[in-house]
Amino acid sequence: MTATVTDQVLRLEGITKRFGALTANDSITVDLVPGRIHCLLGENGAGKSTLMNILYGLLEADDGTISIGDRELHLTSSKKAMAAGIGMVHQHFMLIPVFTVAENLVLGREPGSFGLLDLGAARKKVRELSDRYKLDVDPDALVENLPVGVQQRVEILKALANDAHYLVFDEPTAVLTPQEIDELMEIMRALRDEGRAICFITHKLREVRAVADDITVIRRGKVVGRAEPSASESELAELMVGRAVNLKVDKDQPQRSGERLVLEGFTVADHAGHIVVDHLDLTVEGGEVLCVAGVQGNGQSELAAALLGTLPVVAGTATLDGVDITHAPPKQTIAAGLGFVPEDRQRDGFVGDFSIAENLVLNRPQEFANSGNLKLKDISRNAKERIEEFDIRTSGEDQFVKALSGGNQQKVVLARELSRPLSLLIANQPTRGVDVGAIEFLHKRIIEERDRGTAVLIVSTELDEVESLADRIAVMYRGGIVGVVPPDTPREVLGLMMAGIRQDEGTEEASDD
Amino acid sequence: MTEESAAEKVVTVAPGTAPRSRRWVGVATTLIALVLAFLVGAVVMVVSDPNVVSKFAYFFSRPGDALGAAWDKVVLAFGALIRGSLGSWGAVTETTAQATPLICAGLGVGLAFRAGLFNIGGQGQAIWGAIVGAWIGFSLTGVPMALHIPLALICAIAFGAAWGGIAGFLKARTGAHEVISTIMLNHIAGGLLGYFLITPLFQMPGRTDPISPQVEWTAVLPRLAGTRLHVGFLLALLAAFAVWWLLERTTLGFQIRAVGHNPHAAETAGMSVGRVTIVAMSLAGGLAGLAGAQMVLAPTLLTSYPPQLSSGIVGGVGFDAITVALLGRSRPLGIVGAGLLFGAMKAGGLTMSAEAQTPSELTALIQALIVLFVAAPKFVTWLVPALRDRRSARPASAPKSKKEVSA
Repeated sequence: MTATVTDQVLRLEGITKRFGALTANDSITVDLVPGRIHCLLGENGAGKSTLMNILYGLLEADDGTISIGDRELHLTSSKKAMAAGIGMVHQHFMLIPVFTVAENLVLGREPGSFGLLDLGAARKKVRELSDRYKLDVDPDALVENLPVGVQQRVEILKALANDAHYLVFDEPTAVLTPQEIDELMEIMRALRDEGRAICFITHKLREVRAVADDITVIRRGKVVGRAEPSASESELAELMVGRAVNLKVDKDQPQRSGERLVLEGFTVADHAGHIVVDHLDLTVEGGEVLCVAGVQGNGQSELAAALLGTLPVVAGTATLDGVDITHAPPKQTIAAGLGFVPEDRQRDGFVGDFSIAENLVLNRPQEFANSGNLKLKDISRNAKERIEEFDIRTSGEDQFVKALSGGNQQKVVLARELSRPLSLLIANQPTRGVDVGAIEFLHKRIIEERDRGTAVLIVSTELDEVESLADRIAVMYRGGIVGVVPPDTPREVLGLMMAGIRQDEGTEEASDD
Repeated sequence: MTEESAAEKVVTVAPGTAPRSRRWVGVATTLIALVLAFLVGAVVMVVSDPNVVSKFAYFFSRPGDALGAAWDKVVLAFGALIRGSLGSWGAVTETTAQATPLICAGLGVGLAFRAGLFNIGGQGQAIWGAIVGAWIGFSLTGVPMALHIPLALICAIAFGAAWGGIAGFLKARTGAHEVISTIMLNHIAGGLLGYFLITPLFQMPGRTDPISPQVEWTAVLPRLAGTRLHVGFLLALLAAFAVWWLLERTTLGFQIRAVGHNPHAAETAGMSVGRVTIVAMSLAGGLAGLAGAQMVLAPTLLTSYPPQLSSGIVGGVGFDAITVALLGRSRPLGIVGAGLLFGAMKAGGLTMSAEAQTPSELTALIQALIVLFVAAPKFVTWLVPALRDRRSARPASAPKSKKEVSA
């Protein structure tokens, strides 16, 4: 690798890709220029990933050309794309969890001779690259033991080890904490300064403005505009969604109606038996939104799962409207009026191979049945109403949910949970991987539910979301509550609390700075 | 992208032309798998016949001899196969009789599969059905037929269900994998059958070999006189309809399918995955138990009585059922079709080996090849590129397993 790795522009020109009636990419032209970070901004389902899959040889374009300099490329496989110097950091990591970092690095291009694996070389390579870009990755660590942010760096290492001149980051920040995001931005800048071309796919406006040199906005498969990094967030959002977007959540003061969810000494063990929520005391009143903030992995998700009833509560009690739900299984908590939006919707939120209509009654098929026989007409009518009400973009209620975009999938989940009277709504990362237009809508619906008198518990690692939704913020750290603070608490104080420092100390420290 | 979603996309490929449905490709792939299996079967038939092979020794001087002999052999054999299964009314009813237990047990495997469970235990569950069905058949005397047959069938179903339920219970409570536990339960059931047959309760008086008494005539499934079309076949068709209704039209079936596709989401939505597992395995066992009972209560052509209970009574029905369910893609209608096909091959296979002197294992070989080809659709589409849609096939190899189609 030389100081300036390449000076040739990678050009995607007039790329068109159709899936049946849907045109996912409509004659898109994008230049990846060495030494620049090019942001592809667009909502989920806008066609960004399709475009990048074409670039990476995973899909074949119906029309258009890809060229480097004057040389036209025929990318029919990812192998060819890699050989052309194109590297991809996938949204869902392509790593083997039980292998070490070094082993993952050599996957598919095992070095060594006579069939013997030369891991020494791989280890050296990891150290060398890791030092150069300050990635801080241990070649001998098992991938499954690494935090998500470090796993992502392993993905980056894989691309670099392959000497990629053109690096594509596909929604890289969706799984990262705020701090990890900052670190990633630094790495991207370092790679750019070295003369690589970076393509950064995202729908997060803040990030775009932080690192982009060029911005291309894609909507419904078309390039709808190019913007300067100096553009404001609302300008970008408007380009992306196609209409003015309200980034603030409009809401009135909460009309509190007394305690509905009461946790006392609530203690939860995970599947391995470790205590992950430790003697937690918390109350949520009807008509208010309580946000549980914290860095991922401090027990928030387990708290939510235990309230639903999929994790065992080892001590303490939980009561909902005076009814003990401490050890109730999901069937009972749902019957008691708990609406639940799980963190990992692909895994827990819906059945991908079920239609939208079926998923919309997943938690209460018996209500759409007559002595055990499903009333298909009712299920279908219910689906049509929810699709209309929640603006789910689909070809019909019979479409499989797995074929929907992330935002629409989340709308299906929320539509199901909100279409019956609730006493408590628990939403874990309700807008993760969801586009701006849908976030606005989902937030609005959550506030509406609050205003109906429902107790709302939101778990979120995104401070933007916490600040815009919360009536009170509970910060969790290592299974306990560090403090419950009002929503106008300064970010620095929240950040320190998320590191385990109590609010009074946090305020002092923040004011000292 | 998963196999399913890639196939799903075929539906919307090629604007302007009529949409090619996923089902069409599935059916075509299955049909081609059938043709391929019979082709390979024909090759085996030719090379295993010494007369034909000897003509290949002078192939280059007179190729007509060898090719003619090979052609004659294949025509004779497959002709006999078709005559033996479809050639006459008697042959057709033999096919339905052979298909009956295959359909029932196949439904059991298919139903469990829809719940995400691989039920290898059809064999043991059918053995229990046979044991209980036969015992009630021969030990109760003087009971009217209208009572005797239902009683025998219901008890057989109950024991089969209990045997399947054990595996379901072990899975739900302890996480024991159903493949392992059902295989072990097969061995236990087979061992118990062998043991029962040498106890006074089961052994025919005056016999020293392990065989039971003849069942009472009141327990023999009624049949169309002079044929092998008996009530059991009707029951099998009813069972197929019932399973379809259960899966597609009831809340229980909804839960079974949800658990089969995504147990995490099912649990989060308040379903009890353990309960669904136990219920699904019990239903599967009951269907296999019905198959076992049919084997000891269905009359044979010559004696008008069913075969007596012996250690090999159910043959390999539990394993054939897996192939039937696979070929039928776990859909009730498909299982009926697959059961009839394999029933026809069992019926015609006897005629084929008698008339064309083919090895008796040939039909089993062809069945195995069918399943092999069906289980490897990629191989079939590789052989027949017309089935392949390049643009839709590509994303199937994309490593992104959970991305949206339009993203």
